[in-house]
Amino acid sequence: MKTLSVDHLLGIKYLTAEDIHLIFETATHFKEVINRPIKKVPSLRDITIANLFFENSTRTKLSFELAEKRLSADVINFSAGQSSVQKGETLVDTVNNILAMKVDMIVMRHPYPGAAHFLSQQVNASIINAGDGTHEHPTQALLDAFSLHEKLGDLDGKRIAIIGDILHSRVALSNIYALKMLGAEVRLCAPKSLLPKHIESLGVSVSTDLMSTLNWCDAANMLRVQNERMELNYFPSTREYSQYYGLTLERLQQLRKEIIILHPGPINRGVEITSAVADSSQAIILDQVENGVAIRMAVIYLLASKLTISVA
Amino acid sequence: MNSKILLDDKKIEIILHRLCCQMVERHGDFSNTVLVGLQPRGTLLLDRLKLMLSGMKVMNLKTGKLDTTFFRDDFRRKEEPLNARSTEMNVALEGRDVILIDDVLFTGRSIRSALTAIDSYGRPKSIELLVLIDRRFSRHLPIQPDYLGAQIDALQGDKVRVVWNEDPIKNIVYLEKQNA
Repeated sequence: MKTLSVDHLLGIKYLTAEDIHLIFETATHFKEVINRPIKKVPSLRDITIANLFFENSTRTKLSFELAEKRLSADVINFSAGQSSVQKGETLVDTVNNILAMKVDMIVMRHPYPGAAHFLSQQVNASIINAGDGTHEHPTQALLDAFSLHEKLGDLDGKRIAIIGDILHSRVALSNIYALKMLGAEVRLCAPKSLLPKHIESLGVSVSTDLMSTLNWCDAANMLRVQNERMELNYFPSTREYSQYYGLTLERLQQLRKEIIILHPGPINRGVEITSAVADSSQAIILDQVENGVAIRMAVIYLLASKLTISVA
Repeated sequence: MNSKILLDDKKIEIILHRLCCQMVERHGDFSNTVLVGLQPRGTLLLDRLKLMLSGMKVMNLKTGKLDTTFFRDDFRRKEEPLNARSTEMNVALEGRDVILIDDVLFTGRSIRSALTAIDSYGRPKSIELLVLIDRRFSRHLPIQPDYLGAQIDALQGDKVRVVWNEDPIKNIVYLEKQNA
């Protein structure tokens, strides 16, 4: 019988390839579950999960909440905007207050890198990182890799390009770790100003040329330009960015083969990807959303199975 | 380890034939019936019953394979984690007569989880239970089979193992009793 090597999901960095394969296998079963007429299983009926979102999120929060409810967990939601965080409460105090209400698991998004890791050392609950600043977003990387795995089969030796705002992207870092762990070749493509220094040390290749990258890859993950994280101007204009790095139908048609297009959302239509591409049959953006629920169910289920039960 | 054969391949074949005859007697042409094998071992029994029923001219048999891991009542209560297996239920159960199929009926808890899991696919008209082996006096729940291969008495701690041969045509089955 198999189990995860970790007690928290803080980042892909801390997982093993076996962990990822176990999550994929479990997610396959949950994908079947969420396509049944009744999409709910009772496994986590004695577990309470708190979703703590210290940063805005729509799809990740909905996806986690749905995954938790499909597993029959009790769910409480918390958004920083409406909380005592505004009154100066620390993260550990906030979380310990929530845990005092007998919560077993925390799903947390936080603007600071390392927040989930810090929390896992301070409190007694299973922590799932739903994005910590520009650091990691492990469930997004897992669902991206799972979606690719569905389309391409074993990712060993497959060529995956990550294109766009790598610098501000937690999705990029988690994707690099996950894809490398599964044996894929990874190439990053972005303007120099949006590529972190020394990123090659993670074992990826780097390019600034969109067309050669598209011709090289089997699948391209198009990242959003994260204007909200930019304090400086990293490129002259949005129009110029989309001219050099935007994925258009014309560019796709010039390629030697058909490639798969991913996007973690939310899409800036007309900037990194045009509507025609986003809505084309090559784009698996909505498959990613569906797989997101199954992957999160798998992660929550596998972590919950490691929680000790208190039988009175 | 002390093991003995309780039923040999010949006896198993006779039993399977009888079980098929009993199902045909109650379900006729199986037009409204779905056979659901429980993962992992009930599906192996289902495969053999399917083969035998097709030999008895039962056509268009509707079958499914159901995994009940996520419906079990011992999640987080066992040392070992519960890993799921695949479910293949490509048939609607609403209004249908369902026959659940498993190899060994022991505490009844797997069957209870199957009864809950079945609900996810609609409301069947009826649900029956077919098992190859019924371990008497070991039930934790009020669950009894409708079609029964053989009844055995085993001590607590004993394991009843059904070993299916890879080649379904030969249909060789062994049953071993082991003293833990």
